[in-house]
Amino acid sequence: MRILRFLVLLAILGAAAGWYLTGPAPLATSDIPDREGDAVHGEQVFWAAGCASCHAAEDAEGEDRLIMTGGRAFPSDFGTFYAPNISMDPDHGIGDWTEAEFLSAVMRGVSPEGQHYYPAFPYGTYARAGMTDLQDLWAFMQTLPADATSSRDHDVGFPFSIRRSLGGWKLLFLSDDWVMQGDDLSPQVMRGRYLVESLGHCGECHTPRNILGGLDYANWLAGAPNPSGEGRIPNITPAALTWSASDIANYLRDGFTPEFDSAGGEMAEVILNMAHLPDADRAAIAAYLQALPPLE
Amino acid sequence: MRIFSKSILAAAALTLPLAATVQGAGHGDNPYAGHIAARQGYMQILAFNIGVLGGMARGNIDYDAEAAQTAANNLAAMAGVDGRPTWPAGSDNAALGDATRALPAIWENMGGFGEEWMAYGAAASGMADAAGNGLEALQAAIGPLGGSCGSCHRNFRQSDE
Repeated sequence: MRILRFLVLLAILGAAAGWYLTGPAPLATSDIPDREGDAVHGEQVFWAAGCASCHAAEDAEGEDRLIMTGGRAFPSDFGTFYAPNISMDPDHGIGDWTEAEFLSAVMRGVSPEGQHYYPAFPYGTYARAGMTDLQDLWAFMQTLPADATSSRDHDVGFPFSIRRSLGGWKLLFLSDDWVMQGDDLSPQVMRGRYLVESLGHCGECHTPRNILGGLDYANWLAGAPNPSGEGRIPNITPAALTWSASDIANYLRDGFTPEFDSAGGEMAEVILNMAHLPDADRAAIAAYLQALPPLE
Repeated sequence: MRIFSKSILAAAALTLPLAATVQGAGHGDNPYAGHIAARQGYMQILAFNIGVLGGMARGNIDYDAEAAQTAANNLAAMAGVDGRPTWPAGSDNAALGDATRALPAIWENMGGFGEEWMAYGAAASGMADAAGNGLEALQAAIGPLGGSCGSCHRNFRQSDE
């Protein structure tokens, strides 16, 4: 009897600890530098972070890619996610957010209401970003137009429909450490690492996932099944991507492979973002990719 | 203008063997093998000419105004080739598997597909206006050209692998 009581107590303590540990953890005000965001630099961050790839309308081109209307569907093994409206509309978008709320959303995956976001939103990689870059991004996003389209609810099954369960997911799979470690990385490779592992969130598609949707870091950027169910996302480690650094950098600008075929699928969209970066950034991405361990 | 008509001739000459392939189609399991060969041949001609321009833009080939202009004129001329007979309904990768990467979306949204071709034509004209005017002009036109290829491939062509 005494043992039973002990076990019940243990279960209650465990549940309490679990509840505590899975709670959303927004940034504290003291975590955030006291400075004005720079909207001009924020535009660079916007393109490097690929915001438009998910949050612009499906067929948006040119200037329309700055309207963060949302609505795009992202099918996955866990259900279908719909990109929300993150335009400056105060009712349907994020126009009434504070900077701290924006930073907590992007870096911690926590909404202003204190709920976990689904990791279809790549806050796990944005957590590695420099906070001042994201302050600049917020300053830029505030210059973008408002759009009154309502966000659509995600279509996700149990148990993932319980947002609290995402706290456990975060505990298990989130890490703000760099994947490529080393003290002797060149400044160019370090810049590339930042663009690939953080803002560019390349690993979200090019790295396979485990059964719970956590990234398989042992196969970092080694290619993965396409979450849409068709085809594969290519391996971009040197085992498979044998292009020269110049070919990689140029591909990210004009979309042509060394054989002058063109990028297709989601990557065509990524290049629309990458084309906005300075040449040095595309060269840094190429240098980083070439410094990766070759994985078959 | 002379260069332009010469390049139309060149494009026509390049297209002839493909037309012959279309005539010879209709054998085997894939009734559209000839149509698909023609489409892919068309794309090869584009890639060949883009290769000249892209090679110069990337500094892999020395810039040569005349060669650049010829390649750009070829691309503009190819935009004028009416390829519609090579895109019969049912010649998609859902029906034919690995024989083609053409997605069924093409036939579900023929209007959108047509618009993509028009956008290619505009980008090719832009390149034809720029290519002979120096390397910088060529480099400025290569991005929009690649964008027009990618824009269509994004929605209408199966991704690699």
